[in-house]
Amino acid sequence: MNGIATCVAGHFVAGLLFPLHPPTASTIARSVDNLYFALTGITLFFTFLIFGLIFYFMIKYRRRSEDEIPQDVKTSIPLEIVWTLIPTLICGFLFVWASRLYVKNSEPPKGSMEIFVIGKQWMWHLQHPEGAREIDELHVPVGVPVKLTMTSQDVIHDFYIPAFRIKKDVLPGRYSSIWFEATKTGEYTFYCAQYCGAEHSAMMGKVFVMTQSDYSKWLASQSNGNSMAQAGQKLFVSFGCATCHSQSNGGKYPALAGVYGNPIRLRDGRIVVADDAYLRNAIAKPGSQHVAGYASAMPSFQGQINEEQLLDLIAYIKSIGSQESQASIQ
Amino acid sequence: MSVDVAELSSRSRVHYLNESYGLKSWLLTTDHKRIALLYLFSITFMFLVGAGAAALMRIQLLEPYGAIVQPETYNKLFSIHGIIMVFFFLIPSIPAVLGNFLVPLMIGAKDVAFPKLNLLSWYIYVIGSLFTLYCVIFGGVDTGWTFYTPFSSTYSNTHVLAAALGIFITGFSSILTGLNFIVTIHRMRAPGMTWFRLPLFIWSMYATSIIFVLGTPVLAITLFLLTLERVLHVGIFDPAVGGDPLLFQHLFWFYSHPAVYIMVLPAMGVVSELIAAYSRKRIYGYPFVAFSSLAIAFISFLVWGHHMFVSGQSIYAGLVFSLMSFLVAIPSAIKVFNWTATLYKGSISYDAPMLYALGFIGLFTMGGLTGLFLASLATDVHLNGTYFIVAHFHYIMVGGSVMGFMGGIHFWWPKITGRLYPDKWARLAALIIFAGFNLTFFPQFMLGYLGMPRRYAVYPAQFQVLNVMSTAGATILGIGYLIPLIYLIWSIRYGPVAGPNPWRAKGLEWRTPSPPPKENFEETPIVTEEAYAYASMPAEKSGA
Repeated sequence: MNGIATCVAGHFVAGLLFPLHPPTASTIARSVDNLYFALTGITLFFTFLIFGLIFYFMIKYRRRSEDEIPQDVKTSIPLEIVWTLIPTLICGFLFVWASRLYVKNSEPPKGSMEIFVIGKQWMWHLQHPEGAREIDELHVPVGVPVKLTMTSQDVIHDFYIPAFRIKKDVLPGRYSSIWFEATKTGEYTFYCAQYCGAEHSAMMGKVFVMTQSDYSKWLASQSNGNSMAQAGQKLFVSFGCATCHSQSNGGKYPALAGVYGNPIRLRDGRIVVADDAYLRNAIAKPGSQHVAGYASAMPSFQGQINEEQLLDLIAYIKSIGSQESQASIQ
Repeated sequence: MSVDVAELSSRSRVHYLNESYGLKSWLLTTDHKRIALLYLFSITFMFLVGAGAAALMRIQLLEPYGAIVQPETYNKLFSIHGIIMVFFFLIPSIPAVLGNFLVPLMIGAKDVAFPKLNLLSWYIYVIGSLFTLYCVIFGGVDTGWTFYTPFSSTYSNTHVLAAALGIFITGFSSILTGLNFIVTIHRMRAPGMTWFRLPLFIWSMYATSIIFVLGTPVLAITLFLLTLERVLHVGIFDPAVGGDPLLFQHLFWFYSHPAVYIMVLPAMGVVSELIAAYSRKRIYGYPFVAFSSLAIAFISFLVWGHHMFVSGQSIYAGLVFSLMSFLVAIPSAIKVFNWTATLYKGSISYDAPMLYALGFIGLFTMGGLTGLFLASLATDVHLNGTYFIVAHFHYIMVGGSVMGFMGGIHFWWPKITGRLYPDKWARLAALIIFAGFNLTFFPQFMLGYLGMPRRYAVYPAQFQVLNVMSTAGATILGIGYLIPLIYLIWSIRYGPVAGPNPWRAKGLEWRTPSPPPKENFEETPIVTEEAYAYASMPAEKSGA
């Protein structure tokens, strides 16, 4: 009993000294906390049950004489079944709860605002499609779902915002993504949560959640009239992409207008959607997913184009894609 | 007066410790009991090195900006702490020391099946340790014990190869030990020692050996591939040269998650023995406890992906691994319930080994239940890579495995040395370790949920209070570990003579003198009853 009282008091004192959970600042944070507190409840219940039984038995059945030999207690099969079933049911219940929440939290809502994240030893580079570029800072509007498309220029990093309860590894050579919708304006910390070398613990930054009008002002003041798509258009010319991939090349090489987001047939018969990951691959490793019906003349640009430029190029291809599809709808 | 007689008789009697003298008689021994002691010295030494690294880490974390060392040094400290504690202490601890000493004694055999191979595995362990110590002394390694690529294969400028080679070599020592135990348990049991009369410690050693033999080669292959990429730049894991960084994690955790059970299954075996002996009861639900060890060993090979829920593996893989991870919790829960039920209507004494065993049950319960937070996909996303993980696995590995090891060492110390240690000091140390452990690691659960990432040399000031508490706990824990080191060494010379069965425990090892003769038993024992048949024990003073 004494132990329980001390523990409860300790918990109370601890609650005064420091909070028990980080700020709750995203649409999913509360639901993750609910699961966490349910798990904490289950943990405390069984911990006290086991410790309580141990203390009770230790006192009640303490050895009273050196020669004491207790009677054997026969194993009860129904009891074994009961205490196999109870944890099984609890585990099944938790599995379903946690998995449904996870699946729900995995998929970004349609029409999410996009921001791009590049991790490198030991800083975060973030860029907004409108052209704003930030280092170790992320400005976002409140109440708008934001999708982060992330990649690493070197080793594996991990983008972690405790206040939003989200985290995802940031890998070299591929895109990973997470999303959030901030619910409270304010400043929150983000961290690198995958050990990445000497200055790993310095790889932190701040998320600034702003009202939507403040965000628009901030974005306008940051974007120097050069959106990612515009930067990409310049790269498209300077890297010589335009030579082959333009509408006027006579169909020898694929023209890229209208490609983004649409299915394309590969040489090996597969049909894939031309999304960010596909386009990244197509530029860095052109041979790996070759489009059917065209000659394989494209050289690899791996090592020549950095991750920021790749994202700009993809933004450009995306922009001409959407213009085209809008045109065709009209 | 009577003590003197006992003392005289123990000195005059020939046993495994005094049958020959000199360094050579130890370094060329094929006696499983002497090899167990060789391991005990080596792993204790490695434990002290690993604990030293942990002490420096805890001092560093007293201050948000780092109290004593640069981040580069801190990274090396946690790497070497993890590498040594996992591969050079926890994995060999109970199997190579207590397993070596006890497997033949418990099944009524003269030695293990392949005594020379047994000595070879110790030499392999020593060679592996030397590489690791070389790595520590000549600059260290900064990849963490997990060696994630492409950081370890391309970017780190530290002694990755020496560290990997040390682990690679030591793995063979595990494989040989596992092989030896499997054959020994199958082929060398005394007449009448059927499978269901085996002590549960033997079942746990058997399950552990299976993981050794099946899992360790995968680790060896993984480290070999890592070396290939680092030295010859063959593209395996680094995308810059055409590799896949997640492949490494799949291979690494395919071994390293079962390795968690290599570390805790043997402790579960020890605890089963201690609970039975100190409550003088047959373990409740013996077949359920025995088969749950095998179930854990089997399922442990199918849960590795739960280390990778946020790595970018597919949602569906995540769902499957989450389900399997919940499943592996069930046999562990069965064990906890059966141990607790064993106490019911027992005759419980509170000797030091029993305090460790009860501490194990409580802390393992907490470690296991906090594992559910990490098997749950939605909460794992938030907790992965934070101090919550650190706290969780220390509850399993220190609260579980080290508690089990300490309990086992105290229980069988009289058998190993023939001497008793001062029981009051031993109980005090057990309580200090329990308190220090909880103060060290409980605050880390809270740090984790608050969002403090692990492997941080510096951290935001808001986390300082909990970190200071953790360091205070580590200080107490350190004292708790030093006390047994002193009185156990003291007892070898000055401790009272133990006699063959000071705890009046069941089990063949207690039916032979302490320390046992070189051949273990004067005549091959014949087994006529189940393990832990306390109810049938005649009310005699002490066995044999």
